[in-house]
Amino acid sequence: MSTRIEKRFADLKKEGRAALVTFTMAGDPDYDTSLAIAKALPQAGADIIELGMPFTDPMADGPAIQAAGLRALKSGQRMTRTLTLVREFRKGDDKTPIVLMGYYNPIYIYGNERFLADAKAAGVDGLIVVDLPPEEDGELCLPALKAGLNFIRLATPTTDDKRLPIVLSNTSGFVYYVSITGITGAAAPDTAKVTAAVSRIKRHTALPVAVGFGVKTAEHARAIAQGADGVVVGSALVDALRQSLDAHGKAGSRTINAVTALVSALAQGVHSVRRVAAE
Amino acid sequence: MPLILQLEQAYAKAKGDSSFQKEMNAHLATYVGRPSPLYFAQRLTEHCGGAKIYLKREELNHTGAHKVNNVLGQIMLALRMGKTRIIAETGAGMHGVATATLCAKFGLPCIVYMGTVDVERQKPNVLRMKILGAEVRAVESGARTLKDAMNEALRDWVTNVADTFYCIGTVAGPHPYPAMVRDFQSIIGHETREQLQAAEGRLPDSLIACIGGGSNAMGLFHPFLDERSIEIYGVEAAGHGLDKKHAASIAGGRPGVLHGNRTYLLMDDDGQIEEAHSISAGLDYPGIGPEHAWLNDMGRVKFLSATDDEAVAAFQLCSKLEGIIPALESAHALAKVPELAAKKPNDHLMVVNLSGRGDKDLASVEAFLESKSR
Repeated sequence: MSTRIEKRFADLKKEGRAALVTFTMAGDPDYDTSLAIAKALPQAGADIIELGMPFTDPMADGPAIQAAGLRALKSGQRMTRTLTLVREFRKGDDKTPIVLMGYYNPIYIYGNERFLADAKAAGVDGLIVVDLPPEEDGELCLPALKAGLNFIRLATPTTDDKRLPIVLSNTSGFVYYVSITGITGAAAPDTAKVTAAVSRIKRHTALPVAVGFGVKTAEHARAIAQGADGVVVGSALVDALRQSLDAHGKAGSRTINAVTALVSALAQGVHSVRRVAAE
Repeated sequence: MPLILQLEQAYAKAKGDSSFQKEMNAHLATYVGRPSPLYFAQRLTEHCGGAKIYLKREELNHTGAHKVNNVLGQIMLALRMGKTRIIAETGAGMHGVATATLCAKFGLPCIVYMGTVDVERQKPNVLRMKILGAEVRAVESGARTLKDAMNEALRDWVTNVADTFYCIGTVAGPHPYPAMVRDFQSIIGHETREQLQAAEGRLPDSLIACIGGGSNAMGLFHPFLDERSIEIYGVEAAGHGLDKKHAASIAGGRPGVLHGNRTYLLMDDDGQIEEAHSISAGLDYPGIGPEHAWLNDMGRVKFLSATDDEAVAAFQLCSKLEGIIPALESAHALAKVPELAAKKPNDHLMVVNLSGRGDKDLASVEAFLESKSR
């Protein structure tokens, strides 16, 4: 009973290439545009789609994703609409994995059991909940695994060899390595250090390792892909979207294309790396 | 998480080390000016016509509020941990000023995050921090008040974790902060116990304190929690009224998770955090310390609330009757004193925590009164 995420990584491994994981915010700048973007992402080269669940107080995010969340909330995005968006997406795509990423309070208020059931039914494959550490696994992580969803955990440069087994214990789908200490969209990571860090994590787990936080360009994505199973790009896409908005913050004619064009470029970078030797 | 676990270990070690306590007590005596007096408010007592009212004079501490008790402990801990850079969040600016002050004393660089809304309404404190050598970073994100300053400080912390110590100002945030801040503030209650024993030969009958995050209240309450006969009241900020914009998380919020703790929060049906409102910047936070939430649920502390109008009236009353200009935060506690005291007999001993001085609030009060007279 493997999830779409596990299947996708297994297929990519056979093909000898890394995954491009894209992050966009559900409802940014409005529901229809964000759905259209999600629908266009696989064609543009995204292997896995992360969708942000907007929250008023995104403590782990930099200015770009903070602003995306506020735009989404302002447009009326709520948890129920995020799940509807996934359901709509699934009507036309039953293969591309979808990961919902965000903070715990909106899930807790929606109701954990109800959320897991509704997310699974909508076609969600995995969750990333930034403010729930492994110490609180009984809260949502274990119920999520039981419901058939992957629970993806973040590892950082400060996650040492003693801490890593705790972080990895109930992680499934893939490990999200945060390449810098800090918030999303900050300074670019040092690729040599990232490769070393990925090797370190791989000594502790057989799960694929995707690397994110600070990846902005195709060259960059390519360099990271040489050492990792996946490359996550978020702030750069959200920023490209923002730049395409009109003076009132509304979607313009170029908005969808602004995102997909960058995704295509990033995908070329990631997919140009043959990873047979790395395995 | 590793950074929080590291802090927890360092604090447990310091707590068990008598030299840490000894050094802290020395600074509390000679630098902070402790013990703070417990003052019998005779005219206020006569005015209320009931309980005998004592004020715990935390506003006489160096920097003008209780905040310094906690900051001293945390900065000493930071030094022990070898941290070389201090960050803090602040609402009214009192915690920011206390942090800037102790960073000056111990020669540490200090960065204070403050929402732009608060920077505007607490100008004197912004100036004080700057003169003390701190860098005040105005936070433009979200609602631009205390919770957003806390978000921004957390972002800084995770970015600069190797050399930075985050000095949190209240009994909230991730463990071990709520417990650690409570411990550092408990000196308020311990002194009150001794001082009232000396003055009256017995324990108080009731305690009252204002609550935003709730550190001054927790400091006063904690040493008395096991004395079940003592009535304990926490006063939240009801802002424009509980049916309008306010900052009363217990009265008008429900349980949720924010800033690493599960507690009562102001939020909408989707779990999105709502902006709080209070005339007092220090109470303008959409949550409350998790231990207060627990004390509420078990019924040990009774939570009341006071509106902006009531707080300003109490601010004026205390100034005129006792010659003490209280902080608008503390004025929320004072606002509930007349109705509570009037119902009590003359031998009932009531202690109110006068957590801070009101100089910083003069402009806010003036503007408030002007808008009312129009």
